[in-house]
Amino acid sequence: MELIQQLINGVSLGSIYALIALGYTMVYGIVKLINFAHGDVFMVGSFVGFYSITVLDLSFVPALLISMTVCALFGVLIERIAYKPLRNATRIAALITAIGVSLLIEYGFIYVRGAQPEAYPNDVLPADKFNIFGVSINSQSVLIFGVAVVLMIILQIIVHRTKIGKAMRAVSFDADAAKLMGINVDNTISATFAIGSALAGAAGVIFGIYYIKIEPLMGVLPGLKAFVAAVLGGIGIIPGAMVGGLLLGVIEALVSAAGYSLWRDAVAFVVLILILIFLPQGLFGKNKKEKV
Amino acid sequence: MTTIKRAKGFWLSILLSLIFFAAIQVLIGGGSLNPFYQNTLMFIGINIILAASLHLIIGITGQFSIGHAGFLAVGAYASAVLTMKLQMPFALALIVGGLAAALAGLIIGIPSLRLKGDYLAIATLGFGEIVRIMLLNIDYVGGASGMQVSHLTTWPWVFASVIVTIVVIRNFTSSTHGRACISIREDETAADSMGINTTYYKVVAFAIGAFFAGIAGGLYAHNFYIIQPSNFGFLKSFDILILVVLGGLGSLSGAVLAAILLTVVTTFLQDYPETRMIIYSLVLIVMMIYRPQGLMGTKEITSMFKRKGGSSHENKNTAA
Repeated sequence: MELIQQLINGVSLGSIYALIALGYTMVYGIVKLINFAHGDVFMVGSFVGFYSITVLDLSFVPALLISMTVCALFGVLIERIAYKPLRNATRIAALITAIGVSLLIEYGFIYVRGAQPEAYPNDVLPADKFNIFGVSINSQSVLIFGVAVVLMIILQIIVHRTKIGKAMRAVSFDADAAKLMGINVDNTISATFAIGSALAGAAGVIFGIYYIKIEPLMGVLPGLKAFVAAVLGGIGIIPGAMVGGLLLGVIEALVSAAGYSLWRDAVAFVVLILILIFLPQGLFGKNKKEKV
Repeated sequence: MTTIKRAKGFWLSILLSLIFFAAIQVLIGGGSLNPFYQNTLMFIGINIILAASLHLIIGITGQFSIGHAGFLAVGAYASAVLTMKLQMPFALALIVGGLAAALAGLIIGIPSLRLKGDYLAIATLGFGEIVRIMLLNIDYVGGASGMQVSHLTTWPWVFASVIVTIVVIRNFTSSTHGRACISIREDETAADSMGINTTYYKVVAFAIGAFFAGIAGGLYAHNFYIIQPSNFGFLKSFDILILVVLGGLGSLSGAVLAAILLTVVTTFLQDYPETRMIIYSLVLIVMMIYRPQGLMGTKEITSMFKRKGGSSHENKNTAA
């Protein structure tokens, strides 16, 4: 029973990873950039949600929407200021810029508001426990999982059923050809950043509600792990990020259940290195040969 | 002709650096250099070694590694265990620290043969974190509370290590192996098809870079009274990365120059850690947008720097 409980925790945590991983994967799929600052967008989202709930006295859903909107704008802002001038630069230059942006957001945030952590109020979502076959399930984790699933379904609809989704798929397949077909590549990339960042913002609010404590450097580790999740599923592939996130959450929960909770963070990176060695294209990726 | 010129340049710079060394030694001995400046000097030395070692991996071989703090940590802890737990002499501890880090470099370098660019960056970042978390969980080295280390790092040790590092990396770069590494940096697929064993050279570069990072780790550990796993997080890796990026990817003298410059800036911003990080990150972003090649590009020494610093050990008089 303890094991099932841990699995449920793992799925909740995994759905947070999955939401962040979606942003990584979408951005990577479209501009081939590991957006290190994505974990910090998640952090900003968490704080926006926190202030919406405590200062503006809003309930869960409006706070979630505000946080997603602010993060979407923030993501577009980052893309326009820092990444757009580097569209044709080397991969290393882009990666270093992403690291720089990440550090700038973290320490800029600390500079403005200080490094002290905040605690989410615990009455945002009802925290009932109900028993199913002797397993007590926290209603919060069910709700969190539900929110994540709804957001992922919406994302799938956007990507596969709308015009902007079609443009995104076209640009990620071949940006130059898409341009020739009359697609506005810049706007499409901005839209990708906006959607990915909005998902990260939602993940931030969910994280705050579930884990209570938030702080300016909280984005670093979940951000990296979400990246691991994206790689696990095959980077650039949207369903891969969802499965990778959930899988990573479950693996972590199992490691904790086995009594090695101190090693939990290391396990994610071991998984990463193993995947990179044995299955570099991820679980859902196809192997591509490199041409000279 | 050029070989004679080169040899001359080499001995001249060795001579100049020895004079520089003696001058500082006299200043320290005479007590006119207070502990604050001495400490800054040590830090500059350690950072030069770190920058030079990462320069070999990123700047010369083009392998984007952002887990350098992991090698630093391995070297620091290995040497600290040797001096503090096993009562071995400092020199041996330094070398063992280097070798332990080189071993770690091999372990991470061998899988790196399959990875490129971004993936390798993330794998090395993960490696650095794994090292940190492992150290955090090993009680023998004190876990999170860290390990007590006596202060053994002195100016002659730092100086000797810097000289050895720079001479070795400089000579490696201008050797056949170094040119092979540079060809990997320029185009790995092309280098491979020209018959260069890319895996071998990548692993060698990793191991050598890690070795010197390990030496720097030994010096780093014995420059403080305590070392903790939290000293070796990926912020430390980024600190080292910035040295190489600012100096110019592919320029050893640039890396050295950046190490000196940024260490001095850091020392003066010690009381404002947030400001320091903001400046660091802005430097990275602005640099990448407006001058992605760094301060020096891939060029080496300017003769001016040589005359001024005295501690530059370039042995080649190319017109920069």
